[in-house]
Amino acid sequence: MTRIPGALAAIAVAIALATPALAVTTQTPPLSVHWSFQGPLGMYDQEQLQRGYKVYREVCSACHSMNMVAFRNLGDPSGPFWDPKYPNPNDNPVVKAIAKEFQIADIDNDTGDAIKRPGTSADYFPAPFANEAASRASNGGAYPPDMSLLAKAREGGAAYIYSIVTGDGVATPHALTMPPGKYYDPYMAGDLGANWTGNPNDVPLGGVIAMPPPLTAGRVTYDDGMKASINQEAYDVAAFLQWAADPKMEERKQTGLAVLIFLLIFSGLLYGSYRTIWREVGH
Amino acid sequence: MSGPSTYEPNTAIERWLDTRLPIVRFSADLMAFPTPRNLNYWWTFGGILAFCLGVQIVTGIVLAMHYDASGAGAFISVEQNIMRDVNYGWLIRDLHATGASMFFLAVYIHILRGIYYGSFKPPREVLWLLGCVIYVLMMATAFMGYVLPWGQMSFWGAKVITSLLGAFPVVGKAITTLLWGGFSVDSPTLNRFFSLHYLLPFVIAAVVGLHIWALHVPGNNNPTGVNVKSKTDTVPFHPYYTVKDGFAVSLFMILFAVFVFFLPEALAKADNYIPANPLQTPPHIVPEWYLLPFYAILRAIPDKLSGVLALAGAIGMLFALPWLDTSKVRSMRYRPTARIFFLVWIVAVMALGWCGSQEPQGAVIPGVTGPTLIDYDINSVTWLSRIASLYYFTYFLIITPLLGLRETPLPAPDSLYTPVLAAPPAASATVQA
Repeated sequence: MTRIPGALAAIAVAIALATPALAVTTQTPPLSVHWSFQGPLGMYDQEQLQRGYKVYREVCSACHSMNMVAFRNLGDPSGPFWDPKYPNPNDNPVVKAIAKEFQIADIDNDTGDAIKRPGTSADYFPAPFANEAASRASNGGAYPPDMSLLAKAREGGAAYIYSIVTGDGVATPHALTMPPGKYYDPYMAGDLGANWTGNPNDVPLGGVIAMPPPLTAGRVTYDDGMKASINQEAYDVAAFLQWAADPKMEERKQTGLAVLIFLLIFSGLLYGSYRTIWREVGH
Repeated sequence: MSGPSTYEPNTAIERWLDTRLPIVRFSADLMAFPTPRNLNYWWTFGGILAFCLGVQIVTGIVLAMHYDASGAGAFISVEQNIMRDVNYGWLIRDLHATGASMFFLAVYIHILRGIYYGSFKPPREVLWLLGCVIYVLMMATAFMGYVLPWGQMSFWGAKVITSLLGAFPVVGKAITTLLWGGFSVDSPTLNRFFSLHYLLPFVIAAVVGLHIWALHVPGNNNPTGVNVKSKTDTVPFHPYYTVKDGFAVSLFMILFAVFVFFLPEALAKADNYIPANPLQTPPHIVPEWYLLPFYAILRAIPDKLSGVLALAGAIGMLFALPWLDTSKVRSMRYRPTARIFFLVWIVAVMALGWCGSQEPQGAVIPGVTGPTLIDYDINSVTWLSRIASLYYFTYFLIITPLLGLRETPLPAPDSLYTPVLAAPPAASATVQA
């Protein structure tokens, strides 16, 4: 009787060894970052959003669109340039000035000709490329994703964006050969087995990214005098993108707090009513 | 409604109306409905579900005012207009999206309560069947609703699930073409899903009406499963159960609010914030959590058509339950053996839910590789799904019929009120809970 399990085990081992190893997608988990907006009562840090906007404007927006965000949104409550003096963000002078920096495609009302005119608060951020094909042509075949919802569209959110940006192109191991125009990023999902010439059991975690390392120290000059290290720039732009993806977060959390306080009191009253009504009834 | 009406029209106008359209009598009888006095909190989920349906219909109607059911406009209308520009649009959308999960959470508790306390047994089979119909309608509605934001998971979920119907021989292709409104999932699919997603909740509301009607003929079951025998066994629905259900709904709203205001992304998937792209398949397509056990059963079976039939059969088991259970005792409170098999069944369903969320070839115990059997490693998620599916069906088809014939139940009380009176104060508290 003992022979049969032994034979079965031998067959099992043979089958297991015969099974080819599957390609495995790996990535390093996003770095753990502390955010002002984390937790049930965490809110955006307006100064950080302003710094993050500057990084977006001067670096990211060269390739990435942000189609769902209008200039007026920058002056909305909890936005980077919200000013209680201007409850209507369209009147906010900072917002107006930012909008004017952009040329917006329009139609001339008198002639019908396609024209460009300076932006107004009501306009949306114009995309850097006319269409996806133009974008791919300028970016080595890759399509930089729209940034309006990026922080929600990636597992890990703002921490993932922070990690991807800081991990891009840094510390590429020697045995890793990258195709031209591509960079190693440990936080990107991928399978580097084919690019790896070292020990096959030590294939580095991570994947290939087509975005050249976007940030350098001092790439932007912060208006508030903060030192612009790579980590600081990445931290600020990730927070800005979190705001862009979830601009109603502060309103949502504040409403939620009031709703919960109300419901707790309401439940208490209902429980009291329940006890009173059922007092005389065995059940 | 069962029992004689106790309503007395007191004013001239009520008497006039009562002989023409006795709507006041109907409402009064509904409120005075004799309800067992020993119902525990598991019985409050009927009221909670009515609340959930109301929330979904009201928020859904408002969302439809701002939604654009077209392939080009759907994603923008949700993520740009509703979430950013519509006043409190984010709140209405989060209530609706989270509401779907809350609705299913409540319906699963309601179904489990029905099974545990034998609420499907005579004379409540029709009541139970109507509940099963509501559940199927809910799944169809939720599935089509998830397609509407037209993100990646919406699109690919729709593609995977509708393609299943293509597995049927001869008619399969015609069914998918009709469902898609073309030869692949596209704008026409979205349009007809929107139309049906708006229609079905009202069908659900109608079947809920029948469900409540079918409840009011035999009356409520209760935790002992013993029939109501005298007037002292019951209390009027109002105010006794309006206040108890109201309290439970209020507690449920707290849970609901925590998700809506503080964790709106907890039940969402990141991929669905990427607009639908027919040319790019997401690496990992997963349905919403409430459909995962059925998805796992589907994937457990190597053949596509058999998988689809197993999925349908798994839901069919619920419909057949009143005729599969041979036990004369309703409540599992007096069926200790049945209770164990039922708890294992719940564990199996949860295991299936976990399996449905994982890659089919993923390891159950990390780092362990075993022999491969029928395409998959025996330590794979697929094999766990197979074992759990087998138990799922065995529970209904073999354990439930045989156990009713062979087990020795504990003695049930003579009246549903007896355990309340007889129990010492401490035990009486647990009966209440």
